[in-house]
Amino acid sequence: MKTEISGTGSSATREGVEVRLEGLRRTYGAVVALDGFDLTMVPGELVALLGPSGCGKTTTLRLLAGLEDADDGRVIVGGTDITYLPASKRNMGMVFQAYSLFPHLTVAQNVAFGLRLRGVERTERHRRALEMLELVGLSSFAARYAHQLSGGQQQRVALARALAIRPRVLLLDEPLSALDARVRSQLRDEIRRIQLDVGITTLFVTHDQEEALAIADRVGVMREGRLEQLGSPTDVYSRPAASFVAEFVGLSNRLEGNVSGGRVWVRGLSLPLVDASIPDGRVVALVRPEAVTLAAHTAGETGSLVGSVIATTFLGATSRITVDLGDVTILAQLGTAEAAAHPAGSRVSLAIRDDPVLVAEGSPGAAGDGPAAVADRA
Amino acid sequence: MAHVEPRPSGSSRRAWWTSASWTGTVPFFAYVGLFLLLPTGIVVWGAISNGHGLDLSNLKILADPTVRMAFWHSIELCSITAVVGAVCGAILSYAVATGNPNGFIRRTYLAGSGVLAQFGGVTLAFAFTAAIGPTSGFLFHASWFYSFPFGIALIYIYFQVPLMLLVFLPAVLGMRDEWREATENLGGSTWDFWHLVGGRLLLPAFLGATLLLFANALSAYATIQAWENQIPYVVPQEISKSITSEVGLASTNEAQALAFGMILLVAVVMTAYVLLQRRTSRWLH
Amino acid sequence: MAALTAPADVAAPAVAEAPRGGLYGRRRRRLRTFRFVVLSSFAAFFLIPLSAMVAFSFRGTEPGSHTISAWRQIGSYPGLLGAIEITLELALMTAVVMLVLLVPTMIWVRLRLPRLERVIEFLCLLPLTIPAIVLVVGLAPIYRQIRIHATLSALMLFGVYVVLALPYAYRSLAAGLDVIDARTLAEAARSLGAGWFTVIARVIVPNMWQALLNATLLTVALVLGEFTIASLLLYTNLQVALYEISRGSLNAGVLFSASAASLLFAFVLLFVLSYVVRARGGAGGGSA
Repeated sequence: MKTEISGTGSSATREGVEVRLEGLRRTYGAVVALDGFDLTMVPGELVALLGPSGCGKTTTLRLLAGLEDADDGRVIVGGTDITYLPASKRNMGMVFQAYSLFPHLTVAQNVAFGLRLRGVERTERHRRALEMLELVGLSSFAARYAHQLSGGQQQRVALARALAIRPRVLLLDEPLSALDARVRSQLRDEIRRIQLDVGITTLFVTHDQEEALAIADRVGVMREGRLEQLGSPTDVYSRPAASFVAEFVGLSNRLEGNVSGGRVWVRGLSLPLVDASIPDGRVVALVRPEAVTLAAHTAGETGSLVGSVIATTFLGATSRITVDLGDVTILAQLGTAEAAAHPAGSRVSLAIRDDPVLVAEGSPGAAGDGPAAVADRA
Repeated sequence: MAHVEPRPSGSSRRAWWTSASWTGTVPFFAYVGLFLLLPTGIVVWGAISNGHGLDLSNLKILADPTVRMAFWHSIELCSITAVVGAVCGAILSYAVATGNPNGFIRRTYLAGSGVLAQFGGVTLAFAFTAAIGPTSGFLFHASWFYSFPFGIALIYIYFQVPLMLLVFLPAVLGMRDEWREATENLGGSTWDFWHLVGGRLLLPAFLGATLLLFANALSAYATIQAWENQIPYVVPQEISKSITSEVGLASTNEAQALAFGMILLVAVVMTAYVLLQRRTSRWLH
Repeated sequence: MAALTAPADVAAPAVAEAPRGGLYGRRRRRLRTFRFVVLSSFAAFFLIPLSAMVAFSFRGTEPGSHTISAWRQIGSYPGLLGAIEITLELALMTAVVMLVLLVPTMIWVRLRLPRLERVIEFLCLLPLTIPAIVLVVGLAPIYRQIRIHATLSALMLFGVYVVLALPYAYRSLAAGLDVIDARTLAEAARSLGAGWFTVIARVIVPNMWQALLNATLLTVALVLGEFTIASLLLYTNLQVALYEISRGSLNAGVLFSASAASLLFAFVLLFVLSYVVRARGGAGGGSA
């Protein structure tokens, strides 16, 4: 479920600062974790870094936090170059993936810890800790210990602890990955709500594209140390700039086709290309399920876009239909009411919308043997 | 609706199940009963009775000045070696823990510690004789070595430190990187971390391990026996004197009273250890 | 093609601190120095007496000469070879009895009587708290009976040695059971129709072989090094034999060669074991 919350409007209580990452580079021996990374974050916005493991998103976050040294590049926060500032002086709040609460302290003491380090006196810091716990909805848990809390509650305490020091930037390192699905979606929306409330510039790292699309102002898709695309969730989803992005974000049908004269011929249909300069030849075209439409098929009609429905997946307002075309399987996504008209086993004929398509990487003709694979990066 | 077989009545079914399961544990309990609980019981009973009924007169031997001296020497020697061994062992644990988990260093230190912790007594005494003994003086000959408690304490530390490594290393390994990074992120320095977080978390484990070292030193007998130099007696020697003074084996009441005294001492120490362990296992595992 | 936001300006705003080779680089270097100093100091401390012992074992009768006669004597010195033999047999016997006693019991308790697990754990850790010397006092009458009814020489010591080994063996085996999630395996096997014997012998035990090996080798090390109980119960095992020899002449070379050999043997056992058992993560290991 995608809740598009816009956070880039101006707000009187906006506290955020601008964050600029310029040319960041980090290598571990021979492995290049981050290769010339640039990003400018608008005050108060939430940028999600999305990508498979090893793509460099966590490295970026840790460089911003100061928990690692950059080999090259600059980190500029609120106009000040802090590249060489130690982590303990950067005044950023960080939420780790798991296990970061101090087990020997109560929840309130955990939240107040940063204040204690800053010399805030006991009653005052306790008061502020309770204030933070109120913000995350856990004020009644103040006297508990970490091991008495569920995973979701622990992460909320971690968030309260990070925010208690009134940081300039909020960093979240896959905070929801260790939680189970139901808690994940609840907590995700709550994090976004709090972030908007406080107006703090936030960097959110995740490998879950649904998460990133749901809460971010802008999404940065990363691969192998580089930023592949940076844009609003809609842009990244509907107008992927690279096939990697198209395949990582959302579902894609992979269909073999032929490029000729700036258009690609897929199963008898001619579709425009995003990149018209692709040379003629065999390719694998990436078609979104939403671009595929269904019509009931009258007996006798044949063609390369005629097939039978194998299964229907109910997703709420929309449904996803799997159609067997004989040599490949295609996914189509329709409104549920419409999808009900084509139950399993019925014959249908497909059409593909005339949207520009991307072409998969790799040598033309070599991608996908046999039935086309559907790329799904949930 | 399918026909469901009526269940046997609750209590009889459970009893049947329980008794069959329990028989599986009989060999173990019988064995432990014979070779562990019975001897302990014999000692305790022998110390507090005179064969017919409760009689604490045997325990009077614990007030005897020689015996008191022996207990005092034991406690003195064991506390020193426990504390020194614990501190050295903790430092060593940190050095080992921060290395490669599968590396040569860790394997060697763990295997070596496993051996040295078990092999306390006789072989160790020989090694020190070779290194420092009067007729060999292989390394050097230091007369202070023979004054109690220095020489023997050094040998004790020799197997206390490996034991500390074995016991304390898991606790150090249980420290999570996230705690260190969270402390830094919240504005803390290295000192802040050790003072407010790391030190506090490791303290129960450290104290518990120190106690374990103390109990271990208390029980050490072989080492002293084999280190033939004159040292004032400690409790284990008193006990062995008591047992073997007659021809053959005998458990005199004195021996039992002394052993009982040791049990009490160790029991106190080990109870404290178990209580501390609970904290440790909750925080660091 | 990547869509990037262009950096706003090239003119650098105020720099916070001068670069100094990286904070974490410095910290890593400090750690490395610390490790080097600590590990080599302790290595020296431990190795010095041991190497003295080894050096001594090669000493000849003339000052400055070397000979391996001390090592050859291990086989020929009266009483020593017998003691070694008996000790090795004892080690094996103790290990076998320990496994037979402990493994089925622990598996059974874990699967069927989980509440009993605390009791078993306590009993198995008890020997750590009861000094051997104390145990001997209580064992004297029991072993007197054993002598009367079953005089199988020092091998009878296996009875109490198993108890001494319990704490170490228990910890090993418990860890092994944890790692393989014995309960789930047992349930799966039972649902496929296996009886309890099959579950224990053919499903659980084969998956625990590392823990079994660990427990066995720890037991062997323990038996090799044991002196107190054997000597006070008037049996002769390896350590007692060495002690007796030392009573006669402290500088008999065979003392040092035999001691060195037994230490080395136990060390090699445990060292090889560590390659068989996979190590857990370290304090230096990073999070995901």
